[in-house]
Amino acid sequence: MDFVSGLRCRECGRAYPAEALHVCDYCFGPLEVAYDYERVAATMTRERIQSGPRSIWRYADLLPVDDPNPVDLGAGFTPLIRADRLAAELGLGELWIKDDTANPTGSFKDRVVSVALTKARQLGFKIAACASTGNLANSVAAHAARAGMESVVLIPHDLEKAKVTMTSVYGGRVIAVEGSYDDVNRLCAELTSEQPSWAFVNVNVRTYYAEGSKTLAFETVEQLGWQAPDHVVVPIGSGSQLTKVAKGFEELWKVGVLDEEPSVRISGAQAAGCSPVATAFAEQADAIRPVKPDTIAKSLAIGNPADGWYALEAIRRSGGACASVTDAEIIEGIRLLARTEGIFAETAGGVTIATLAKLAAAGTVRSDERVVAMVTGHGLKTVEALAGEVGSTTTIAPTLAAFAAAMGDDHKPTGGPAPRSLR
Amino acid sequence: MSITVRIPTQLRTLTGGSGEVSVEGSTVGEALKALDGAHAGFADRLFDESGELRRFVNVFVADEDVRFLDGLATPVAEGQTLSIVPAVAGG
Repeated sequence: MDFVSGLRCRECGRAYPAEALHVCDYCFGPLEVAYDYERVAATMTRERIQSGPRSIWRYADLLPVDDPNPVDLGAGFTPLIRADRLAAELGLGELWIKDDTANPTGSFKDRVVSVALTKARQLGFKIAACASTGNLANSVAAHAARAGMESVVLIPHDLEKAKVTMTSVYGGRVIAVEGSYDDVNRLCAELTSEQPSWAFVNVNVRTYYAEGSKTLAFETVEQLGWQAPDHVVVPIGSGSQLTKVAKGFEELWKVGVLDEEPSVRISGAQAAGCSPVATAFAEQADAIRPVKPDTIAKSLAIGNPADGWYALEAIRRSGGACASVTDAEIIEGIRLLARTEGIFAETAGGVTIATLAKLAAAGTVRSDERVVAMVTGHGLKTVEALAGEVGSTTTIAPTLAAFAAAMGDDHKPTGGPAPRSLR
Repeated sequence: MSITVRIPTQLRTLTGGSGEVSVEGSTVGEALKALDGAHAGFADRLFDESGELRRFVNVFVADEDVRFLDGLATPVAEGQTLSIVPAVAGG
């Protein structure tokens, strides 16, 4: 049994039933899932969560669908890794990486898709569809296969090769559209009116889909020993993830899983080549001006972010900041995280780390804060971004002499004993 | 000039269920005004108090967002298609 009391327009407050609806019929504002928090509070406890599955579904009481057999590949409950070496580089104190590269298809999108398709199946949909910059495409195709649903995935024509392969391998339809992500998104928004029997996960079932991102906040709290962090840094594409991370912290307090009201500063990370939210933040603007994206961070290349306004609002309300970083800084961010913590992130992760570095240097993210950076996708998806940046350093003949020559003076063979623990 | 306007599901109650409507007009603003004339209620749904497009309403002329063009003053040519699309999608 779920605890959903219905859907409600975020703008004008009109109420709707919990069906495949995503915008208010009247003002086109986004619909938001409404829960009966009193009933959730009476049910949800730390013990109940801890006895649940090691996935997002341990937080089912605060998800918009309940199903004993969800459409599930094991999304969520990814590692929260203490990052002391990266913290030292950035002059920070307690820093953690939420490593969502560890999800089944390599990105946080598995969280939202598992929720969306479970709800879509419950509503009777047989076909799963989406507009995607790649990560969502991977996840929708995989989860649809798992659920025995057909899938139709629409992507911009110029995506990274791995993202296309990782989508088409699951056997659904993959349609590359000549245009940007915003063009694909507009096409899907129009298609939703023509194909009402398809579940477009980020259009007509977006209301449910978006709720899946709250689990990033839920897990962070649980993994920190039921404490909220002081500051989180979240990448911004559509702004949905950041908005829902903020909602997740508030909900845990509302239902009594957190003892104290959390005060989490939330900062947003964007690529300079697509930074409508960071620009609005810097200009203290009241509206998000859409842009034409031009960045290597394709998973964040959304020029007209649906939840940009709400992300901006969440950032401002929390006392956080929003900044953007160049393509060169993104690549350095990827390399810095890999070299210090052994985590290989895609370009969006590079955006997060580079923005964290920038905000730390500016004193916005402080060394006395407990900081969590959301690293949301795996580096193998965007290897093109590193072409010419990294590679095998040298090729040698299989001889000791060639090896010694290649290593130079730094690591001359010593002939001495191995460390004690190796003997 | 005859323009085709594509209507999203959410607004088809105003057009008797029709997904496409032909109107006259030489700019986006004129076409949308004509749409409201033919099917009362559109203006209320599309425009805010100051007469601008509501925050969550996107309008496209020949697949380009009018916010990248001249907004409501964007010219429309005979036979072009104008799409009204809810902004909340994607990501």
